[in-house]
Amino acid sequence: MAKAEAKGLSFYYGEYRALKDLNLVVHENRVTALIGPSGCGKSTFLRCFNRMHDLYPGNRYEGEIVLHPDNANLLAPTVDPIEVRMRLSMVFQKPNPFPKSIFENVAYGLRVRGERSRRALADKVEVALRGAALWDEVKDRLQELAFNLSGGQQQRLCIARALATDPELLLFDEPTSSLDPIATASIEELITELKQHVTILIVTHNMQQAARVSDYTAYMYLGELIEFGVTDELFIKPRNKQTEDYITGRFG
Amino acid sequence: MAARLAHRRSRILREKAIELLLFLAAMVSVFTTIGIVYVLVKESVVFFQHVPLLDFLTDTQWTPLFDDAHFGIVVLLSGTLTSSLVALAIAIPLGTLIAIYLSEFAPFSVREVAKPFLELLGGVPTIIYGYFALLFVTPILQWFYPELPGFNLLSAGIVMGIMIVPYVASISEDAMRAVPMSLREGSYAMGATRFQTAVNVVVPAAFSGIASAYILGISRAVGETMILAVAAGMQPNLTFNPLEPAATITAFIVQVALGDLPHGSVGYQTIFAAGLTLMLFTLACNVAGHVLRKTFREAY
Repeated sequence: MAKAEAKGLSFYYGEYRALKDLNLVVHENRVTALIGPSGCGKSTFLRCFNRMHDLYPGNRYEGEIVLHPDNANLLAPTVDPIEVRMRLSMVFQKPNPFPKSIFENVAYGLRVRGERSRRALADKVEVALRGAALWDEVKDRLQELAFNLSGGQQQRLCIARALATDPELLLFDEPTSSLDPIATASIEELITELKQHVTILIVTHNMQQAARVSDYTAYMYLGELIEFGVTDELFIKPRNKQTEDYITGRFG
Repeated sequence: MAARLAHRRSRILREKAIELLLFLAAMVSVFTTIGIVYVLVKESVVFFQHVPLLDFLTDTQWTPLFDDAHFGIVVLLSGTLTSSLVALAIAIPLGTLIAIYLSEFAPFSVREVAKPFLELLGGVPTIIYGYFALLFVTPILQWFYPELPGFNLLSAGIVMGIMIVPYVASISEDAMRAVPMSLREGSYAMGATRFQTAVNVVVPAAFSGIASAYILGISRAVGETMILAVAAGMQPNLTFNPLEPAATITAFIVQVALGDLPHGSVGYQTIFAAGLTLMLFTLACNVAGHVLRKTFREAY
């Protein structure tokens, strides 16, 4: 089942065309990975889904990203980017907790959505922290400043923050690139568990990571989508020569 | 032919001379500070031989030039505090709002025009602000409140607040701009609006910088002289009511420095005691600012 679909998507930073006519299906409750060398446009593509490019002047989208089951184009000028971001969540390259307590970090999205009830907030924060496999480590120090956590814990806190609002689609932008191997392993394990309930789109520069966590993989190069398919097939017998060169390490 | 490897005496000497010159240049400001403190303390010590410290701190009259002399610094301090509070009540909210607008809302073109204007406002000579308070703001206030005397702390405080706004806004804005974009993006990605992001994420993240902007504003308010001397009157008056005229520490120093008091008299020495009080006050502000900055140091 398709959760979201890019149809003929192009993206422009001013005059520069960073994405060229992309077509991709994001399957529901699956992990889809975007791989490719630096500058290939994978993060740019990811950031189209929650309209992050709207924050900066001079950016322009062409084509569609259709969100199911609404069958609505997220990029349409009539669509409010804030409404889009209410339904999608994002985890960034570097952990970016807010200068608030652990509890308030996770509750942030709920407060933005107008949740006032202490009871509801406490419940949802706990569920989100459990979902991000962080609850046991922080349950006794929820009022502490989030900066006191380690890098890996901070990133799991950001995942909890993203989960707290029950997103329909969870976007990961190289979530482990600033973490050590142990923290990376725990995040990868978490992603595998999360896909039971959430649809995930993940950008990674690490091919092994894509092979480990994803069900589908898209290989991008210079703003184009070169190959898209089931991860196992794409890594074992890529149809495209460029993809093969990249995943075998002859290029990139 | 053996190449020469030994030190050259002339070069060593030249280097040493340059080092000494640079050291002396760096020491000028240090020695100036030490000199100022030395003079203030030396003259104040003589003053406190005539006037007990307890009287200085607890007396409720300030009449150093009368035959029946009283030296209650509280009288002047009340004027300084009241006018400063009025100024801060204007400068802190307004300065913070301007900083939030410039940093988070204003398009690039607006910011490029607005910031130099704001800094220009900070460059207006304070004597002009003083007459602005006396001849423009006071009449307007009297229109709303006819009993208001011609000299009053309110008008001087308001104008002083306007004077401080650029400092508070400019430094706060710098602090807010220094907050990394990734933090803002994290907030936007959760569905937050610009305003929610500014208030809930950017301001707390920049708090140490914003706090030091406030502290700097307080220091400026406490040390401000001309506006108060011109618009608040020079009568010592123990009051916390901004609607009354009152002298501040700085206004008193101006008054005495202008008069012809015999060098070495107690009246002459009062300005050093008053000056020392002022300096201790701003020192306390700076220390408080330093502590705040340490406590709320940004750790992105």
